[in-house]
Amino acid sequence: MGRIWLAAFAMLLGGVMLQAAPAAAQAVDFKGKRIEFIVPFIPGGGTDVWARFFLPYLEKYLPGNPTVLVKNQPGGNGIAGANQFHLRSQPDGLTVLGTSGSVQLPYLLEDPRVKYEYKEWTPILVSPTGGVTYIRPEFGVKSAADIGKLKGQKIKFGSQGVSSIDMVVALSYELLGLDPQVVFGLKGRADGRLALERGETNIDYQITGAFLKNVEPLVKAGKAVPLYAFGVLDDKGEVVRDPSFPGMPSVAEVYEKMHGRKPAGVEWEAYKAFFTAGFAAQKILVLPKGTPANIIAVWREAARRVVSDPEFVTRSRNELGDYKQAIGPDAATLTNVAIQVDPAAKAWLKNWLVTKYNYKPDAD
Amino acid sequence: MLDVIATTFVNLVTSASLIYLLGGVLLGLVVGILPALGGTAGMALLIPFVFGLEPNAALAMMTGLLAVVATGDTVTSILMGIPGSAASQATILDGFPLAKRGEAARALSAAYVASAAGGVIGAMVLTAAILVARPIILAFGTGEMLLLVLLGISMVCVLSGSSLVKGLIACALGLLVGAVGAAPATSEYRMIMGNFYLADGVPLVAVALGVFALPEIIDLLRRDAAISSAMSIGRGWLQGAIDCWIHKGVVLRTSAIGCLIGALPGIGGSVVDWIAYGHTVQTARDKSQFGKGDIRGVIGVEASNNSVQGGALVPTLIFGIPGSGSTAIFLAGLILIGLQPGMAMVEQNLDVTYTIIWSLAIANILGAGFCFMISGQMAKLTLVRYVYLAPYMLAIVFYASFQSSGDWGDMVALIAMGLIGCYLRRFGYSRPAFLIGFVLQNNIETYLYQTMQFYTLGDLARRPLIWILFAVIVISLYFGLKHRPKNQTEGVSGELSATTLWPQAIFLLLALAAVVYCVYDVRKFYLLGSIFPLTVCAFLAPLLLYGLWRVLARDLSDPILFDSESEWRLKEEGYVASLGHYVLWILGFVGLTYLVGFLIGIALFFVLFLAVKSPAGWGGIALMTGAVVAFFMAISYFLVLDLPRGLLQNVYRLPWPIG
Repeated sequence: MGRIWLAAFAMLLGGVMLQAAPAAAQAVDFKGKRIEFIVPFIPGGGTDVWARFFLPYLEKYLPGNPTVLVKNQPGGNGIAGANQFHLRSQPDGLTVLGTSGSVQLPYLLEDPRVKYEYKEWTPILVSPTGGVTYIRPEFGVKSAADIGKLKGQKIKFGSQGVSSIDMVVALSYELLGLDPQVVFGLKGRADGRLALERGETNIDYQITGAFLKNVEPLVKAGKAVPLYAFGVLDDKGEVVRDPSFPGMPSVAEVYEKMHGRKPAGVEWEAYKAFFTAGFAAQKILVLPKGTPANIIAVWREAARRVVSDPEFVTRSRNELGDYKQAIGPDAATLTNVAIQVDPAAKAWLKNWLVTKYNYKPDAD
Repeated sequence: MLDVIATTFVNLVTSASLIYLLGGVLLGLVVGILPALGGTAGMALLIPFVFGLEPNAALAMMTGLLAVVATGDTVTSILMGIPGSAASQATILDGFPLAKRGEAARALSAAYVASAAGGVIGAMVLTAAILVARPIILAFGTGEMLLLVLLGISMVCVLSGSSLVKGLIACALGLLVGAVGAAPATSEYRMIMGNFYLADGVPLVAVALGVFALPEIIDLLRRDAAISSAMSIGRGWLQGAIDCWIHKGVVLRTSAIGCLIGALPGIGGSVVDWIAYGHTVQTARDKSQFGKGDIRGVIGVEASNNSVQGGALVPTLIFGIPGSGSTAIFLAGLILIGLQPGMAMVEQNLDVTYTIIWSLAIANILGAGFCFMISGQMAKLTLVRYVYLAPYMLAIVFYASFQSSGDWGDMVALIAMGLIGCYLRRFGYSRPAFLIGFVLQNNIETYLYQTMQFYTLGDLARRPLIWILFAVIVISLYFGLKHRPKNQTEGVSGELSATTLWPQAIFLLLALAAVVYCVYDVRKFYLLGSIFPLTVCAFLAPLLLYGLWRVLARDLSDPILFDSESEWRLKEEGYVASLGHYVLWILGFVGLTYLVGFLIGIALFFVLFLAVKSPAGWGGIALMTGAVVAFFMAISYFLVLDLPRGLLQNVYRLPWPIG
């Protein structure tokens, strides 16, 4: 009995080792391989749902139809998992990382915990998202046109933390001349909606999917008023109207109306970088540093075929919003807008967070 | 509406959905029983299979799993004294003593019946609440939430044991450990000692396993016997069910508590069991047996931790806001099968809602039935000499802790919490009070801060719910203090003499040092970041000084003085080794892992430990070692989880699984 067991165990061990032995890298074929899609957040979060949405399509279009699995590595709000990916993963195309705004922002703000370097990664696919700001009806404001009425009013906004993407939105309020009281400690964006429904806050935002499904009913019931959508970046990197909300002005349009001039200046540049890292390039699928060109090419080709799959196109419109999934060189361009920020804008942003919201990037 | 309820039931039991429901239940029981995994991990496992399933089948499977984790986790808690998941920590307090004295069958049976009853009550509440709960949940603002959390803290007075001062010290220490990491209001890193691992705070798994499981494993090893002192597991299967019937009032009330707390997003499932336990003790006439094996302690907790899922589904379905960790993934699953939870879904897809509710009810009954079937065999583990079980327990506990962030810090945190747990136990400080403080810290601080930002005192005074909850807390405190159970929750003290008090003094001095460190660490923080830990310190310091004064006064009749290790316990109760002896073994195990990684480390540890400590021959040792290695290989392969790496793996690239 004992010997049979040991023999079986030895065979299992041997078999597994054989399988895991590195294959000679000629023509890239992932047949029989397991690909780990690392998500540095808990299962069930936005990035996790996003990654799992892609799994069946990646399996279908990667050569050899490998098994693709999500591996959740939570900790440090995404920083820990991204660090591990950067320091440990092998450039064999079998490990990819799905990042999110909360991985991009600390990188942008040079958080001392960040050990990863976006410039060394290869972005394969970028999923943008948008969002809509809405308020409680008590203000008597009907649309972005009379946003001026909000000036000088007591505005309360719930945020998940001082380096979360909620601060991108707080900055947009400030650029539009509002002075919100930011209350920290929310446990997720849905918490923000609940706080507004309870009347504890009176201004909030939700990203596209959540807005369509959970805030639209409130709007219809007269319990919430949408003001503006943040917008998306066009090919030139300018903020334009969000295709998911063609009837709503973008932040750039509202800004122009409020101030009577096109948005410009260091604070606008800071906002744009912040916005790109948080929204326009919110989710990025990357390959690790040092990945050979043939593997990159295979992944790019798979991504191209995924985003042109008709079933994917229909389903992604429902699940991810009406946004163009950036692939190939576009993915790299968009990622660069998010991470290669003019030093003056970066300094302005840091200073804004430090002086206004007690952000401590170098706290020990 | 009634016809929808009926047709969904028929559809569920006559279609393939029932098979999926069964699958969900079985997986739920497995992840419940294994301490490494809980409902959250189980749901995450299911998600890939959900994709592409017929929606009703997917709903049945996910709900089946969600429903029974709290039934399965009972097995480990009662038989091993190790929480099978966070929801059944309080089951240990009375369930494990019952198993130790040979009444495992009765305790398990009572737990399953109570679980099934609680789960069905939860499903009923969900049925009724789903269409009307929205205004109720919206009525609970942050102020009301704060009071509910404080109600949880008030349970400390019934869990303190013979000395209230020591209960409060334990709770305050828990609050202090909970305050480690980023401050909710300012994101400043508190007390992290320059280590970013602690920025997220100490993980709950490390605290729960460290404070409860490690001291228990060590204690059992030191006695070198089986868990059960009786030679059989008892024939109390029927008795357990009868116990539930006798105490049906407890079942009803704790189920209601479970539903309510589950339905409020943000408080979370890991507190429900403690509040239910505290309530059971408060409302019992004879409190003398709690902590020593009172069946009501098991029944109350188990009814509440199953009913909590019915409650937690209320906000999940009508707001799309999860009420617990596992419902968070449940929510993601719904989105994956094309459903968007929210009031719209509840009203327009009533069949979906009732499929979930029926699955919940049926799964709870099935889960309890399965548990009855397997428990007879499982319970025999309590008759096995513990040296054979201990290495498995240690391996699982460390592996479970490592899963919370996949960082070596998890292992260190577990050891640190284990040491705190051992000494809390030794000196008679209530470990439940410590855990309550730890679990509720973040909620108290966040809600307090948010309430201050959102409301003025005048606003709060105009909210009737605030007054009602305030009254409930006052009543709870009054009864809690008036009829405080004075049981020793942490065993009996050894003989004390004036010369054996110094270890207690050192313990108090170390706690005082922690207070000083905390004050020093937060001294330059913004007020909002430092006010909470400073308040806790201001409360804790006088208590510690009082304790120190009592110890130095050497009044041996004072219940504060307590030391279960005051003399060498070799002679009594079959103790054969000292506390330090097995602490060293565990440190040795972690050290091995640090050098050569988890899989090789565990194999070496098994061989060494069993060769030295057990009478097993080399064949047996090889078999047991092979089994554990195969188990961890399988679990890490199929669940795509990492094993802790060692120095060896950092220097050389090794193939899976040892790399």
